[in-house]
Amino acid sequence: MEDTTVKSNFKSEEYFINMGPQHPATHGVLRLLLTIDGEIIKKVEPDLGYIHRSIEKMCERDSYQQIVHLTDRMDYLSANINNEAVCLCVEKALEMEIPERVKVIRTIIGELTRISSHCLWWGVMGMDVGALTTFFYGFRDRELLNDIFEETCGARLTMNYNVPGGLMFDIHPNFVSRVKEFITHFKTKIPEYDRLLTDNVIFHKRTKGVGVLSREDAISFGASGPVGRGSGYSCDVRKYHPYSALSQVDFNEAIRTEGDTFARYSVRIQEMWESLSIVEQLIDNIPEGDFRIPTKAVIKLPKGEYFQRVETARGELGVYIISTGTKSPYRLKFRSPGFSNLSLLNHIAVGGKIGDLVATMATLDLVIPDIDR
Amino acid sequence: MSSALSITGNIHDWLYGAMPEWAASLVEMVLIALVYLGIFAIAGLFLVLLERRIAAWFQQRLGPNRVGFQGLLQTMADALKLLSKELTGTNRADTFLYNLAPYFVIISSLMALSVFPFTQEFQAFDINIGLFFLIAVSSIGVIGILLGGWGSNNKYALIGAMRSGVQTISYELSVGLSLLTMVLLTGTLQLSQIVEVQKSGWLIVQGHIPAIIAFMIFMISGTAETNRAPFDMVEAESELGAGFHTEYSGMKFAYFFLAEFINMFIICAIATTVFFGAWLSPFGITESIPVLGVFWFMLKTMLLVFLMMWFRWTFPRLRIDQLLTLEWKYLLPMNLMNIVIMAVLVWLNLTIKF
Repeated sequence: MEDTTVKSNFKSEEYFINMGPQHPATHGVLRLLLTIDGEIIKKVEPDLGYIHRSIEKMCERDSYQQIVHLTDRMDYLSANINNEAVCLCVEKALEMEIPERVKVIRTIIGELTRISSHCLWWGVMGMDVGALTTFFYGFRDRELLNDIFEETCGARLTMNYNVPGGLMFDIHPNFVSRVKEFITHFKTKIPEYDRLLTDNVIFHKRTKGVGVLSREDAISFGASGPVGRGSGYSCDVRKYHPYSALSQVDFNEAIRTEGDTFARYSVRIQEMWESLSIVEQLIDNIPEGDFRIPTKAVIKLPKGEYFQRVETARGELGVYIISTGTKSPYRLKFRSPGFSNLSLLNHIAVGGKIGDLVATMATLDLVIPDIDR
Repeated sequence: MSSALSITGNIHDWLYGAMPEWAASLVEMVLIALVYLGIFAIAGLFLVLLERRIAAWFQQRLGPNRVGFQGLLQTMADALKLLSKELTGTNRADTFLYNLAPYFVIISSLMALSVFPFTQEFQAFDINIGLFFLIAVSSIGVIGILLGGWGSNNKYALIGAMRSGVQTISYELSVGLSLLTMVLLTGTLQLSQIVEVQKSGWLIVQGHIPAIIAFMIFMISGTAETNRAPFDMVEAESELGAGFHTEYSGMKFAYFFLAEFINMFIICAIATTVFFGAWLSPFGITESIPVLGVFWFMLKTMLLVFLMMWFRWTFPRLRIDQLLTLEWKYLLPMNLMNIVIMAVLVWLNLTIKF
């Protein structure tokens, strides 16, 4: 075996292996440079850039309405929440009063998006630890949500449903009843998930005590979302900086203190329950009113800097706009959750086995286009 | 002897009458080899289809159902496709070992197939150390996996092969010892004799508690030995891509793939022979029709195959160190204890016989 990339601090017992850019466990085009001693991971270096599309640079060229649809392509699994973030930021800058109806619908769709993202994550998580059947179960339930989204806005994945000032269309007449159907359906399915995977003893063995991240490290690496909350770091943006209709609802922040892979897993399962409860609280009282307030055809933000954060399925997404008063931003920066969550991979995976790395990476729930943008 | 089985006798007589003895035995050997190759190919293709349909059933989808009736020809079509595929390889690979590897795997499973008593007198090779032969032959397969992993010049393949080596060597102990437990009960290694003993009750009933423990250990370690989930460390597609056969394509890949399924069949067939009375019907209901023995043998084997597929599509995969812990810290001591219990049982004549 010949190594082409020999590091200077490379010991003779260690060998180097490329995990990715095409590898089943990296869920996309992430390339990990692994230094391995037998089965034990000595070093993990993520190598990014395989799906970089310069979204932030493109934003400097586009109008604010156009920017919204670029964000679909970042974290495509929580596309709607990304859209919402940009819209909220623009609306904040324009000091617009958004109708209550829009706020409630945005929150409902946002939480449904979170559930759909977690469904996919759960399926893939099972697949990564070797239980292939979970994949189909997760996708089965996600499909119902996609159908609901399709009926409402015509798209299943990259929805582009939000526009600055409200929503692109009003909800479909069937929306409320179908969402209610989904809630009853999904309440029987999460226990099924538990029976299939969560309660499995092999799964416990594979995840408990693996990839432990302490609370201090979670904070210093900038972890957010379920990754941070799995380490006992209370960081739910929905709790601390409620946006849209989230201040009207009552929900618990899912927190575990163990910081291991199983804790991150449990946090996500718990989040599915919480999101269901949020949707349940809102779905019956969607206020009447406009679904959109008209904006000028060319939106020009006043000169200044604006920041808005939201909680996507992966963690905290920040949108930072610097405007010089023109029709497009002077600079737009996304603070994406995946990027900081990936940065701690080396910290928690070193010392584990190859199987541990895969399990750990699965609970970081990386979406590579979100990291590369 | 029934009519179907007397055909083989007739052919035998005719061959020895028509040509000199050496030629007759040569022709007979070739014929038997062809029959077993046929069984091998058909069983392999059928099991692949079965696995896909069962997986589909577990996963709430339909599975292959378009090619032929209920998709029966699907795997045939897949095999034809694989035949037409280019055989690729890697640079600087050890070509000789790389090409040799699939044959080790396939020959070991073919040889193991020959000793099974599918029904009375339907057994190609009834040697007095049958069980021992099975264990010995089925462990040759791992050489093929090791060679394939080493010869591919691919690190993923190498990791897979090394995992396979460590896993098979460990679990062979359990397979051997759990079968040895049953040999204490039968007092013979010859498979036809083992079946004969079971005419007074299947061994899992005769040996009751230690036999059930031995059966469970055998199924666990058998699953591990065939490198199937939850012990599929060798392939572990989310970790190693495709493991040891990453660099194989076309028919060479198909050999590995078929051998995996045949090995599963072999493990289940051993379990059927040793624990569930091989071709014997339950309570001797069809004892007068020996041809039905094939049906009973296959039925029992397929039920066990279904059990193994159930494992595969339900359980997550173990990690390599947990896999070894399970074997060396739990199964092996349990197995040794079990042998002692069985010995005492046989000594005190506490077995259940009808």
